Amino acid sequence: MTLILNRRQALAVGAGAIVVLGGTAGPAFAKNDSDDIIKKFTGNATPQQGRVKLDLPEIAENGNTVPMTISVESPMTAQSHVTDVLVVADGNPRAGVATFHFSPASGAAEANTRIRLATSQNIIAVAKMNDGSFFTASKAVKVTIGGCGG
Amino acid sequence: MFSRRDFLQLAAAAAAVMPAGGTRALAQQGLSEAELLRFAPLGNITLLHVADIHGQLVPVHFREPSLNIGVGEARGLPPHITGKDFLQRYGIPEKSAAAYALTFEDFEALAKSYGRIGGLDRAATVIKLVRAERGEGNVLFLDGGDTWQGSLGANRSKGQDMVDCMRLLKPDAMTGHWEFTYGEARVKELIKGLGFPFLALNVRDTEWNEPVFEPYKMFDKGGVKIAVLGQAFPYQPVANPRWLIPNWSFGIREDDVRATVEKARKAGAQLVVMLSHNGFDVDRKLASRVSGIDVILTSHTHDALPEAVRVGKTLLIASGSHGKFVSRLDLDARDGEVKDFRYKLIPLFADAIRPDAEMAAAIAKARAPYAGELRREVGRTESLLYRRGSFNGTFDDLICAALIKERDAEIALSPGFRWGASVLPGAAITIEDIHNATAITYPNAYRLTMSGERLKEVLEDVADNLFNPDPYYQQGGDMVRCGGLGYSVDVRKPAGQRISGMTHLKTGKPIEPKKDYAVAGWASVNEGTQGPPIWDVVERYIAGEKVVRIAPNTSVKIAGV
Repeated sequence: MTLILNRRQALAVGAGAIVVLGGTAGPAFAKNDSDDIIKKFTGNATPQQGRVKLDLPEIAENGNTVPMTISVESPMTAQSHVTDVLVVADGNPRAGVATFHFSPASGAAEANTRIRLATSQNIIAVAKMNDGSFFTASKAVKVTIGGCGG
Repeated sequence: MFSRRDFLQLAAAAAAVMPAGGTRALAQQGLSEAELLRFAPLGNITLLHVADIHGQLVPVHFREPSLNIGVGEARGLPPHITGKDFLQRYGIPEKSAAAYALTFEDFEALAKSYGRIGGLDRAATVIKLVRAERGEGNVLFLDGGDTWQGSLGANRSKGQDMVDCMRLLKPDAMTGHWEFTYGEARVKELIKGLGFPFLALNVRDTEWNEPVFEPYKMFDKGGVKIAVLGQAFPYQPVANPRWLIPNWSFGIREDDVRATVEKARKAGAQLVVMLSHNGFDVDRKLASRVSGIDVILTSHTHDALPEAVRVGKTLLIASGSHGKFVSRLDLDARDGEVKDFRYKLIPLFADAIRPDAEMAAAIAKARAPYAGELRREVGRTESLLYRRGSFNGTFDDLICAALIKERDAEIALSPGFRWGASVLPGAAITIEDIHNATAITYPNAYRLTMSGERLKEVLEDVADNLFNPDPYYQQGGDMVRCGGLGYSVDVRKPAGQRISGMTHLKTGKPIEPKKDYAVAGWASVNEGTQGPPIWDVVERYIAGEKVVRIAPNTSVKIAGV
């Protein structure tokens, strides 16, 4: 008795489970539970495009440590400021990357850090404003095997 | 357009004395230095540009691509037109000198008629003449990079031969790409001795995120303040080994480009020129998104275009590769903008343009230590050996055959470099020829086992670097060349879905995802790669074959073009 499946069996399993993405699909921009995390963060509200700036390289030099800067346009006053910024990665094994908390005392809604990307994917930032509105931006970052350029 | 008329005249002159099949001597009669250089000066400033010389001090044969696929918005636009379409687009007669310099059509026959093109001594003649005509105070000469690498001499001297010779041309600035493959310490050392600035606004140190190089430099020419911005190849640590420059981070850094343009304008620049190693499609996109750049001198993708391409108010110039051309762009720059321009891509026909004596002596001196080695004959070829093209090149077919035989592999992978001079059928293959196609600082020819799954990942990964519809996600090389492996590719499919029908050519069987295959290749970006240098592998193979014959490569089926 072996546990080796032939191709037809494997396909049948794949069809039943739906989740089997072709193992050879490579750097497809796969999805995890990032949508759910965003929905939870916004309470199902759809964030508007704009005000958020996500600075990431188009192609990562090293997927293990990708520099990222987020900034949100806001006067950062008691009347109008950013309270939180959620960052998710839709192709990592775990979608959550970070949540940054701000207050008027922050002066500016800006943060930078380095993140780890398992594969090519979209990074999505969602900013929550003190008036309960949400703004978002996203950027595709490619993580490549490397070589062959020139 | 001036350039077109100029090329037509040049072409007509040659055609008049050389109907198809004419002798070389006849062909050359139609090509005079005066005719090649003829240019009605315009305005107050002349920009001279060379790029992607790739270590070629002496004239070469270089076949332009027969396939140069453009995707997304660039599809079907220059530089993604080749052969007869190219000739038609620019109104160049078939079999003319210009047709030979700019396309692959009739390459073998025309190469015999028109001879070699390039040579730094010919470039020197042109540059000196233009400077004398326009006055030094009105001319800026800029080197777009990929100058220090690509030949045996450049590799052995770690770029020194190129630096020594280029210095005589007194460029006003340069930027880089393959320069960085000599490693951080060597790059710094060479820059110290340049006598002119190495500009790169998009390189920062990984620790403090501070600029490594001068981002731009201001020049006073033609009564105008000119800012020259440097943009190095954005994907150095991805496309070439990161371990050679571990402390430097690159990228397109569009925001930094924008900020540098604004800074330069604020500092009084009335003309902004970007000396770029982005590659043509990246620069075309950048020009559409960043305002305030008057001229982008493009490079990296090795395109030779006889006319400037306009994007909004920005002029894009593509000056070819391997030392074949010098670009001359005359500008009437007043009141902070370009009022008028005239452009000519000057082909350096080696038999028509006199070599500059000072440079010729410097080249001879640089080549002297290896002179005997360079001309040593290893074998002969019955086929034209060339590399450039989106998918296959016969030189890479040769390299792959060498890897399979000499490294006892089933499948070979050869990088899709765009540099590498051509060798004509019937000619000897010399050590110089082999190194012109292989001279890099990480040459080890590895042998390892790879699963079919991994092979597909590699092909998909490289394919996306070429065919991602957004140029900012492209790296500017050509497709990885395969030996012993056939496949189909649909360039319009999304990432990860372009490659299908992978076939093990020896057995004719499909590549199995879980099966391991013996794979040999070279130019791995991983540190510590083991194996003999690729040039030794290729030399052994050619010596064994004695005469090389390359069958037409039909193993890649292309769709979506």
